[in-house]
Amino acid sequence: MSSRRSGLGRGLEALIPTNLDATSGLPTRQNQANGEDQMFGLINPEGTVRDRLPVTLEEMKALYADMVEARVYDTKSIAMQRQGRLATYAPFHGQEAAQIGAAAALREDDWVAATYRDAALNWRAGYPWELLILGRTGDERGGQVPEGVNILPPSITVGGHMIHAVGLAWAEKLSGTDRIALTSFGDGATSEGDFHEAMNFAAVYQTPTVFFCQNNGYAISYPISEQTRSESIAIKADAYGMPGVRVDGNDVVAVLVAVREAASLARSGGGPSLIEAVTYRMGPHTTADDPTRYRDESEGAEWEAKDPLTRVRNLLERQGAWTQDWQDELETQASETIEKAVEWAEAVPEPTFEEMINRVFAEPTPPLLDHWEEGRKHGV
Amino acid sequence: MAELNLAQAVNGALGMALDNDERVVLLGEDIGRTGGVFRITDGLRDRFGENRVFDTPVAESGIVGAAFGMAVAGMRPVAEIQFLGFSYPAYDQVVNHVARIRNRTNHRFGAPMVIRIPFGGGIGAAEHHSESTEVIYAHIPGLKVVVPSTPRDARGLLLAAIEDPDPVIFLEPIRLYRAVKEDIPDIYYTVGIGPVRVERQGEDITLISWGAMMKETRAAAGVLEEDDVSVEVIDVRTLSPLDREGIVASVQKTGRAVIVHEAPLTAGFGAEIAATISEQALYSLQAPVRRVTGWDTVFPLKRSEAHYLPSVDRIVSAARATLED
Repeated sequence: MSSRRSGLGRGLEALIPTNLDATSGLPTRQNQANGEDQMFGLINPEGTVRDRLPVTLEEMKALYADMVEARVYDTKSIAMQRQGRLATYAPFHGQEAAQIGAAAALREDDWVAATYRDAALNWRAGYPWELLILGRTGDERGGQVPEGVNILPPSITVGGHMIHAVGLAWAEKLSGTDRIALTSFGDGATSEGDFHEAMNFAAVYQTPTVFFCQNNGYAISYPISEQTRSESIAIKADAYGMPGVRVDGNDVVAVLVAVREAASLARSGGGPSLIEAVTYRMGPHTTADDPTRYRDESEGAEWEAKDPLTRVRNLLERQGAWTQDWQDELETQASETIEKAVEWAEAVPEPTFEEMINRVFAEPTPPLLDHWEEGRKHGV
Repeated sequence: MAELNLAQAVNGALGMALDNDERVVLLGEDIGRTGGVFRITDGLRDRFGENRVFDTPVAESGIVGAAFGMAVAGMRPVAEIQFLGFSYPAYDQVVNHVARIRNRTNHRFGAPMVIRIPFGGGIGAAEHHSESTEVIYAHIPGLKVVVPSTPRDARGLLLAAIEDPDPVIFLEPIRLYRAVKEDIPDIYYTVGIGPVRVERQGEDITLISWGAMMKETRAAAGVLEEDDVSVEVIDVRTLSPLDREGIVASVQKTGRAVIVHEAPLTAGFGAEIAATISEQALYSLQAPVRRVTGWDTVFPLKRSEAHYLPSVDRIVSAARATLED
């Protein structure tokens, strides 16, 4: 079993716990599914490091700045939903490290198929804030990413998009490029039958696909400890014949390293892998949800102590690379960026009936043209 | 010209598409080594190799979802699902992703792909192997649904479907695969998706059908002609987008229409056609529109199949009643 995982890179192998081996004295299933033990991590919650970090200080600062910007977006998005300016929102507060770390490991032209909770990941991978926000004002044009950005619109149904990253990667492999595809999904999606089909297809055809699971503890209200009897999500990879790694999802560098290794494996013809980033959704499932009905507040406090931004901030501060002024500057800049993006989205002219008719097919069909005539008569 | 049956016409079309466009790949269960359950892809893996013709795991959602990803990335996948009754696990992919990606991305991405599915009864197959649930696809915006009934149309429509920038559900009538041969041009040609085909011109009544029931509909027209009834026969051949104009023009001429389909009556596609006629040709009608369809029963197993399938006799009777009204 370990030989398959050794494909993830020599340096990394020693750091990855052998949690696929039932005889290695692992924590109990309950602990593995819920706890932070037995997973790959580099930065401790208090900001000390477990190992040498394979990033420069400047890269570290950039990752931090990205996480700050993402958090500002998240906070503003919730506020704007409450003001009625944006549709229902699925916050990612607490998952910034997982999303920024994963996206930072990708190449600009790689494919991404992610979910409604992955705004930070999509943004870091190249999806402009403006279009993410436009989509959330209730406008299909938000899905029209610029040429050269290979990101599918956030998937709204749970789990159906994982197989798309298999097809996308398969096409690249057949076309002889070294482009890969990453699909991001939550713990809930691993219960879908489509998870099995996607994992199996990817392994069978050795497609360059990275399966990136953010295990944030809950499928809306249903805890991971009840969703599966597997010791972890990562362990499921073993059944498909691909590497599976459990990583501290609140450690941006650990996620970056793990996804980078998985991407490099895929890019060099080594096939797919599964990364389980263990994290926590600090907020509700969506702005329409009340998590106090199913979660104990003490749980949130426990995870607050493992906050993905705080630990990097502590680390940088220890290096003399963080100041309150810099923090304020980052937050102000991010706030302005998001404000401008919202203003841009709100200034986009209302979509027309004609556009709705015209985007069903490459060319509108005769029945659609009939609708167009009919609608126009009634001032639609 | 070559004398080919429908199965051979499709096989030839797939070979031509693979030859013509390197973006075309085929994927499906058992389509490589064995040439598929109906041998429609026979010989193609040997000819084009295992990187163009893929045997897949038994996973319809996976096949369609992977084909979708390939299509978005610029390929032209042609997926095969073994039977229409086996396509339902992939329905989520078709409805929620394949049919909508162009809309969801305002044309930034499309899904130029074909899903070939044998359908219909009449061969005494096992349960779930004889479904005619074409209407569940015809109802979905963003899909084109094509149903050839002749070798000539099968080849031309399939090549048009593969060239189409949007997803096409291509339904192949199992009962007709090897039932009739036709002289067709043994070259690459397309038949436009959309227009109905007026198979036979007539003045007194229009018989409208598609897929395997074209066989009985033709036979019924022959019986009626013997009684000096001038019958127009329309093969709808594209359910979506529906050529309403073609149907309405015929009914305006004849004033009478009988719609024939194998699927159950209730909410069958015949209802859409009857509604179109009543909306657009009511004042030309000299009699109510009749439908001859399968019953609202579960499609039966072999020993009851004859009870289910609309017969030539039922079509002739409905036409006579319509002519007498």
